[in-house]
Amino acid sequence: MQSESSLPQPPATPPAAAADVALEREVTRRSRRAFLVGGLAALAGLGGWRWLLGQPEVMGVPGPLRASLEANARVAATLLSPTQLAPEFPRSQARTPRANGSVGLDQPLDTAAWRLRVEGFGGQPVREFSLAELQALPRTEMTTELKCIEGWSTVVTWAGVRLTDFLVRYPLATLPSAETAPYVSLRTPDDAYYVGLDMASALHPQTLLCYEMNGRPLLPEHGAPLRLITPRKYGIKQLKRIGTLAFVAERPADYWAARGYDWHASL
Amino acid sequence: MPRLVEKHPLAIRWFHWLNFPVLALMIWSGLLIYWANDVYRLGWGDTTLLRFFPQSVYDVLHMDHKLAKGMSWHFVLMWVFALNGLLYVSYTLISGEWRYLVPQRGTLRSAWHTLLHDVGLRRDPPPPAKFNGAQQLAYTSVVLMGAGSLLTGLAIYKPTQLAGLTTALGGYEWARLEHFALTIGYVLFFLVHIAQVVRAGWNNFRAMVAGFEVVEDSAPTAAAAPLAAALDAASGSGNPMPAVPPLPMRP
Repeated sequence: MQSESSLPQPPATPPAAAADVALEREVTRRSRRAFLVGGLAALAGLGGWRWLLGQPEVMGVPGPLRASLEANARVAATLLSPTQLAPEFPRSQARTPRANGSVGLDQPLDTAAWRLRVEGFGGQPVREFSLAELQALPRTEMTTELKCIEGWSTVVTWAGVRLTDFLVRYPLATLPSAETAPYVSLRTPDDAYYVGLDMASALHPQTLLCYEMNGRPLLPEHGAPLRLITPRKYGIKQLKRIGTLAFVAERPADYWAARGYDWHASL
Repeated sequence: MPRLVEKHPLAIRWFHWLNFPVLALMIWSGLLIYWANDVYRLGWGDTTLLRFFPQSVYDVLHMDHKLAKGMSWHFVLMWVFALNGLLYVSYTLISGEWRYLVPQRGTLRSAWHTLLHDVGLRRDPPPPAKFNGAQQLAYTSVVLMGAGSLLTGLAIYKPTQLAGLTTALGGYEWARLEHFALTIGYVLFFLVHIAQVVRAGWNNFRAMVAGFEVVEDSAPTAAAAPLAAALDAASGSGNPMPAVPPLPMRP
């Protein structure tokens, strides 16, 4: 009201009415601007959403989402510790997990004839191992929580040979130049199911070539005679009935990553 | 006579409105994930009062068999949700807005008063204030819930690499349940929030978009005068932090 009193002449309308008009104008001006900006922002958001959904898919998800899954993996590798151990539980808490997933288990299993086929890094000759040869290596037992990507989990006691112990005895991941393979590929004997692992996960002290579950030899539906166990990863990575173990230079194909899931599936 | 009073700073309006679609999409993608193991219910023994969720919910919303899609969206939007929340909290701390939002002496009394008034058991409205006690409790709780969602989310996202966090929250399965319960909490918050915004009317809603409210203060009361002064101080261009935090409660 002070500005009103400084006018040379009294205004034509009473001061209160003039102020009302000025207020009305200000309210309209600011509201219009704010709602316009808000509307444009909402449209921009919708446009961004449509753009993203229109991007070419990379392994089952729009490219930008695949890129962000990879970026998340890099952030986790930088900020978190790949050597962190998964919690272990008392053996008494162990239960039989659900037998999800039978891709790669269709063929009849002949345990006596089964061999683990190992393709060493850099074109080394293929070597085959019987179950007895693997069981002759140091045995490691642990009780950890198996986590399915569906969201359920079960505490299970696993036993087998740590992949690191296997590689100490048979250094098939390393070249004479001491160069180590960056990736590991695992496949079922019929090649129907396949997973890829980075070497840090493969060398994790809780990554097992596992032949026992809850004190008994693995059952066929749980991956007999040999499966991968690594509590660093979801169950989708813990391949049952390993046929081939290969140490490779390029990131290997992965059954579920090709169907829209995170290639790393790290926990 | 009516005048225009600044209410919500521009930054807070942006944080608020960005959070709305982001949280909605987090809940949507979270439900796509939850579908793959939808085990929660309200009930005891063999009695189930409410199942999360009946098949019809998934059917109507087309939420079945989209686990991979849900995960890929959840794990990109989590960054936006977290950053927006951190920026919001930092802004309220630096600007002094937290003084209006954080519960203080008298908040519980004001919240009770507001509740009685809202359900029609008490005629006089709670004393005028930027946020009444019920709002302070709700808006502070929902921010703490956001922090809870981040922590429980991290615990189920990286339960091996963040094993300490997961164990502290009661283990993997508890952390998943906590994460889900917080989401139900957002939905309940949203329902009450929308009802209250509708009740409060256009002037209040417009303030969250345009920043200002039109107030009638022809006869400032003893209680309202310091509030108006505080609001003026808060909206002043120079110093957004009032020297004296407004405590608009009657003694």
